[in-house]
Amino acid sequence: MNELAAQHPLVIVVLPKVVILLFVMLTALAYLTWFERKVVAHIQARWGPYRVGPHGLLQPLADGVKFLFKEDVTPAGADKFAYFLAPFLALSLAITSIAVIPFGPKGLTMFGQPTPTGITNLNIGLLILFAITSMGVYGVALAGWSSNSKYPLLGGLRSSAQMISYELALTMSVVGVILMAGTFNLSEIVTAQQDFYFGFVPRWNLIGSPMPQVLGFLLFFVAAVAETNRAPFDLAEAESELVAGFHTEYSSFKFAMFFMAEYASMITVSCLATILFFGGWLSPFPQTPLFAWSHFIPAAAFAAAGLALIVHGVRYLTVFGRIVLPVLGAALCGVGVLCGQPGVIEFIQGPFWFLLKIAVFLFIYVWVRGTLPRFRYDQLMNFGWKVLLPLSIVNVVVTSLLIVLTQR
Amino acid sequence: MITPQIAIFLVLAAVAVAGAVSLILQRHPIHSALSLIVVMVALAGLYLLQGAEFVAAVQIIVYAGAIMVLFIFVIMLLNAGEEERTNASRLARFVGVPLAVVFLAEVAFWIGRATSQLGPGPPEAVSTRDLSALLFREYVFPFELTSFLILIALLGALVLARREESD
Repeated sequence: MNELAAQHPLVIVVLPKVVILLFVMLTALAYLTWFERKVVAHIQARWGPYRVGPHGLLQPLADGVKFLFKEDVTPAGADKFAYFLAPFLALSLAITSIAVIPFGPKGLTMFGQPTPTGITNLNIGLLILFAITSMGVYGVALAGWSSNSKYPLLGGLRSSAQMISYELALTMSVVGVILMAGTFNLSEIVTAQQDFYFGFVPRWNLIGSPMPQVLGFLLFFVAAVAETNRAPFDLAEAESELVAGFHTEYSSFKFAMFFMAEYASMITVSCLATILFFGGWLSPFPQTPLFAWSHFIPAAAFAAAGLALIVHGVRYLTVFGRIVLPVLGAALCGVGVLCGQPGVIEFIQGPFWFLLKIAVFLFIYVWVRGTLPRFRYDQLMNFGWKVLLPLSIVNVVVTSLLIVLTQR
Repeated sequence: MITPQIAIFLVLAAVAVAGAVSLILQRHPIHSALSLIVVMVALAGLYLLQGAEFVAAVQIIVYAGAIMVLFIFVIMLLNAGEEERTNASRLARFVGVPLAVVFLAEVAFWIGRATSQLGPGPPEAVSTRDLSALLFREYVFPFELTSFLILIALLGALVLARREESD
């Protein structure tokens, strides 16, 4: 097996990683819809999905089945080719971008072949992400145009204008980080942040030296929310004005693909924010003997979550829930025990902190959607061009100035 | 002898040429624009094959991602319809076709002659650092001059557009 892997590393080592990551990603997308509905519901003092499975946990599955069996309508006079192309383009581009994200520090060894944690480690990883983001406009624009209907056309036009405008601020806002790290390689950007102030305050780029990128991060996050067409910048699908915007005419699984694309880009942006400004997979605790206990945080967190789920599950309303929730809890406890084993404990540190930070960003995404009202279109354009872009240029100038001054 | 590099080159080259032909043959402006995007992405792949990572990424970000989005945006905004195809004029048939053939033959001849004299390509990937050092040290004057020229063109376009509006 090891010899075979050495001869065909692409098929035997990379392909399984792609398949596993794709599976994890699609499941995460499905449960992100559940997460968003739950969080928004609680923000609005509702319960959210509760009927399909305990706490609505099987709701994504039910939705998926429903999408598959709905009638797939193509509007009369639609441009067939572009109408079919748009959702595929949107989803495939959104999912592809996960390929360059590094999930952990050390490479894995599969069948005797060293390979990075994540699908690949590119020198131009960040640029590839921006390239994919910039291509993402086509899905929305083509969907709006090809539907042969006025609301989608308006939605498509709006979102193309919006995405062009905010892409500038998005790209400019990370230049400060690139200047400080001196590379486009996402793994190296993370390792450049591994120092600590006074031995215990992590020197992530957000508070890095010589120029803390607080402004850069705020600009990045605002521009990224706009770039992914999420509330409060979801002008492309403003329900009160445009029915559902660019995907009004889409039904069945094509509609679901747009939905999944939106969530996939949310995940990508959260990964990017974590890598660029919050130290990626780095633990917030220094790797010194004093903080050796921090290695057991992943195991303890999983075990605690599992125990809580068991205690809550045995008192659940339905019999089904009383069976499923404790089983899930026991599984989580098992994961916790596994994470405490030597060998696994070193490996899990990176992915655990990375996923935890991503989860925080995803929550912020949903939180913002649940609390802020939508922008008006002219406000949106003015904000992008007259506030975000100048501020991001200021950030670049000040950062580069400080770097030059401190290097002397 | 077909190495993976040559196979990838052939596929990308075929895609680029097919996209370019489709760009001309398509009747609808949006389909033409989409074909142009295919050409540009295929070209980016070719750059990547040459080890020019940065140029490849910039090709996609700037050309495929920004300029073509503007093209599509304008086509959508004007809601341009399908073009009527006229029968080729007699002049085009009797003068244009031979001229095109002669031109293609000439290009093929000179490329064939030039490639026989070419040395081996760059041994490894050109790093972004080297490229930027070259751009901002050695060629900083032409670089800044070009950006200045683009700025002037931009302002000129803005002035022209504004004048039309006030009439």
